[in-house]
Amino acid sequence: MSNGAILPLRLVDVSFAVGGRSLIDRISLEIGAGPSTIILGANGAGKSVLMRLMHGLLSATSGRIDWNAPERQGAPRKQAMVFQRPVMLRRSAQANVAYALKIAGIPEPQRGTLVRESLESVGLSHLAHRAARVLSGGEQQRLALARAWALHPEVLFLDEPTASLDPGATREIESVIKAFDAAGTKVVMATHNLGQARRLGDEILFLDQGRLVERASVGEFFSKPQSAQAAAFIKGELPWVG
Amino acid sequence: MSEALSAALALLVGLDAKLIEIVLLSLRVSLSAVAIATLLGLPLGAAIAVGRFRGRQTVIVLLNALMGLPPVVVGLLVYLLLSRAGPLGALGILFTPSAMVFAQAILILPIIAALSRQAIEDAWREYEEQLRSLGARRMNAALTLLWDTRFSLLTTILAGFGRAAAEVGAVMIVGGNIDGVTRVMTTTIALETSKGDLPLALGLGMILIAIVIAVNAAAYLTKELAQRRYG
Repeated sequence: MSNGAILPLRLVDVSFAVGGRSLIDRISLEIGAGPSTIILGANGAGKSVLMRLMHGLLSATSGRIDWNAPERQGAPRKQAMVFQRPVMLRRSAQANVAYALKIAGIPEPQRGTLVRESLESVGLSHLAHRAARVLSGGEQQRLALARAWALHPEVLFLDEPTASLDPGATREIESVIKAFDAAGTKVVMATHNLGQARRLGDEILFLDQGRLVERASVGEFFSKPQSAQAAAFIKGELPWVG
Repeated sequence: MSEALSAALALLVGLDAKLIEIVLLSLRVSLSAVAIATLLGLPLGAAIAVGRFRGRQTVIVLLNALMGLPPVVVGLLVYLLLSRAGPLGALGILFTPSAMVFAQAILILPIIAALSRQAIEDAWREYEEQLRSLGARRMNAALTLLWDTRFSLLTTILAGFGRAAAEVGAVMIVGGNIDGVTRVMTTTIALETSKGDLPLALGLGMILIAIVIAVNAAAYLTKELAQRRYG
């Protein structure tokens, strides 16, 4: 494990509270390379907060979050995150991807090829010169994925990436996420959509009120959930089952 | 009154040499002041917007308060600085256009810094997670935001220009309103009105208003077009 890989990621007794309200409550877990991990739970269960803690956007109130190879401040990141609502800069689609590469310290001559490849991989080559912020929601989200793709991250965090998209755009996003997985990127995705969890996930981390209630493979989780909360969640989301 | 108005129009139509000279000096002084205040004010605004330091809120409140600086007070302070016995007296620029640029730059620096701070901080709220996720440092983020809010900042800069072009007090005190040397539109209007020479005052007043309207129209159009083009 001394090959510079940032995985596995280890959380020990991680808690996060705001104004005395506990949003993440003593979560311990290890996330390794390979199978894609779905963080599942109802709205407010703490999915987004947990991902932001892992990604380093929030600092834990207590507990430890350790990557195998700690990130150095200012060094290029080996992890990327795609948010529910993509934030695009006021410049062209391709300039947005190039910007991420610049921040990551990729020398200018290499950026052009990476930008073209990543736009190609999400099917946005024809919109490369279009201003990013006037693209549709689905296109912007694909652009956000292209921006992440160009960085070749070891880990990709996705925070409900299709929550505000229509079914067509959702399918396109899901196929790009599958391509990430196939290319060897570790996918960690938060969702409350059971169908999506099934389609894209290998294992489920089920959160309820800030606590990690259950961890299981997708098959096991849906066929025989161990906890009452998970059973209720599955039933609530799919009332016609059972 | 109508006589004065027609005389004023005659000056405008005839491109009166004296009038042109005054207009050009006004533009030179105010545009130079805007350039200096922009060069200092935008980085300052950006730094305060994304910075985390002790006393940040106090700085913001002070900066906002300084937007209302009375021009005569700025004029007085700059006069004291530049007068022969003052700390910058050795420069020997009192009663020159340079002194006027200096005073106006100080007058509008808080306006440009405070308004750009607001625009950039709003953008920072939207972009922060994404930029930090990409690994951008605060310095990088500040530069990115300056560029990304460029159309709002244009309005900010023009607000500064409007203030500079319209003020009388500061340029009157540090420029001295010397005919042919430091006489600008506003000081001329004040002087000519008190002398009873209304045509020149009225003509200049019309030009001043026209300039301010034109500049703001240009800013509005630029922003509208940019909004449609870049979202």
